Amino acid sequence: MNGQTMSGQGMNGLALFSRRDDSVAKGEPLLTVENVSLRFGGVKAISDVSFDIRKGEVRAIIGPNGAGKTSMLNVINGFYHPQEGRISFRGQTRRRMRPSHAAAQGISRTFQNVALFKGMSTLDNIMAGRTLHMKRGFFWQLWRHGPALDEEIRHRRVVEEIIDFLEIEAVRKTPVGKLPYGLQKRVELGRALAMEPDLLLLDEPMAGMNLEEKEDMCRFILDVNNAFGVTIALIEHDMGVVMDLSDRVVVLEYGRKIADGAPDEVKASQAVIDAYLGVAH
Amino acid sequence: MLYNIFIDPFVQMAGAPDLLVQALWDGLVSGVLYALIALGFVLIFKASGVFNFAQGIMVVFAALTLVGLYEKGVPAWVALALTLVVMFLLAVAVERVVLRPLVNQPDIILFMATFGLTYFLIGFGELVFGGNPKAMITEQLGLPRGVIDVEMLGGRVSLQKIDIAAAIIASIMVAALAVFFQKTRIGRALRAVADSHKAALSVGISLNQIWVIVWFTAGVVALAAGIMWGARSEVSFALEIVALKALPVLVLGGFTSVPGAIVGGLIIGVGEKLGEFYWGPLVGGGIETWLAYFIALAFLLFRPQGLFGEKIIERI
Repeated sequence: MNGQTMSGQGMNGLALFSRRDDSVAKGEPLLTVENVSLRFGGVKAISDVSFDIRKGEVRAIIGPNGAGKTSMLNVINGFYHPQEGRISFRGQTRRRMRPSHAAAQGISRTFQNVALFKGMSTLDNIMAGRTLHMKRGFFWQLWRHGPALDEEIRHRRVVEEIIDFLEIEAVRKTPVGKLPYGLQKRVELGRALAMEPDLLLLDEPMAGMNLEEKEDMCRFILDVNNAFGVTIALIEHDMGVVMDLSDRVVVLEYGRKIADGAPDEVKASQAVIDAYLGVAH
Repeated sequence: MLYNIFIDPFVQMAGAPDLLVQALWDGLVSGVLYALIALGFVLIFKASGVFNFAQGIMVVFAALTLVGLYEKGVPAWVALALTLVVMFLLAVAVERVVLRPLVNQPDIILFMATFGLTYFLIGFGELVFGGNPKAMITEQLGLPRGVIDVEMLGGRVSLQKIDIAAAIIASIMVAALAVFFQKTRIGRALRAVADSHKAALSVGISLNQIWVIVWFTAGVVALAAGIMWGARSEVSFALEIVALKALPVLVLGGFTSVPGAIVGGLIIGVGEKLGEFYWGPLVGGGIETWLAYFIALAFLLFRPQGLFGEKIIERI
């Protein structure tokens, strides 16, 4: 997505996701994690984990509490730097990456405990997701006419499309701190979408939601995956949701990978059953 | 007694309108300068959610650098440019050494770090330029000096030219910043950073870049404030105390609001002068030093977010 200009509209008639990066073919690995280990002092959060995320799939990362799932997401989008191992995104390998670089390369995410800009409106929050797409410099912005204003209007249109898509028109101007939790999660998804990512990381997108909200969220995730072709990696505790949504599942326990495969294979794996139900030693 | 508090001062005001105008003018001018100092606090607070205790000393440090360089033989305008460079380097250094290692720490930790910065700047400033009070190089910078006397309302009101210049410069700076903070990308990024570090990072905002921009802008504002205050009195570390007057201004105007800083500054400036002039004698004078804090305290009770501050939202 880097460096390309914003032009025309996509097949779906929306300005959103009108340009796609096709350097990786569908089904090929978009992101590979190789032998990654992460330590905090003496605590090993992740030990020697390898897996890949293929373009166009929904990949679930599951495991009991403290298994290192969120740490894994933090490694992928550059919040944490692993002591060992390599991560390649779109074929480019990196050892250390800053979150802003990850964002620029097309990785966006949501957080386990919603991290929104609480004092800002829904609109401004999603607009903030467009930061990387806005190019006009400091002085143009001071002037606020001509190119900078055009740019603002163009991005505003994309944001309105996202708001439409997520059905949050009613709360456009509401400061997000006032919204109920379920809606906050939706706004956060909107902000991540505004970045037009290639890879979307969702950390427990359905935590704390009621059944109806969960169903809505499932629908949005599938739509994002199908209609926009965004590759998704998600962490989720609701097994029903995981089995329904995901194409492949990787299971972590105590920072190690104990299973990896299609939902049915994983469900049948003895190691996974032991990890979830406990086993007599 | 009640007559003395509620009626007599207004009788005096009506009786000598020229004096009232003079007091108002003096108040407005110090108000503008308070606003300028408060603006420095607001900038940093908006972008990092941190009350920068060092803002007061940054005012002194900027002015001291300017005068110090001039005393060392650097031409005035070059010294001004060099001071700007120094403020930029300071911004970069603060980002590297203080802020970067403290990302995602609680605000109070960052607040304490600005205490450290304060004492560092005092020590460093004294080491390089000495601790003696210095005169601001007003004329060399082309700032006007002298007094304009205006005959009005049956009396004479005298306006310092430097005060007029200060008001104009401050107004321009304030207007530019206010526009900038409203709906521009960087303005939004600044607010985003203040709200949540990790969320800002995740949408691709570079904290480092934003912090350098903000601290540098705060440094420029500090320099402007330093020149103006310095021209009215002298450049010394005692200025820092004056700079802390920005605190009640912020409480009044709201910590996150640029217009708030201005209106708050003017209210405090004018309130102080009028209070001192008309009500001061009732309690033996000297109320100028504490009236501002008193007003702020009263304000905290009724509107803790200030006049223009962002509403405090807390879901329980």
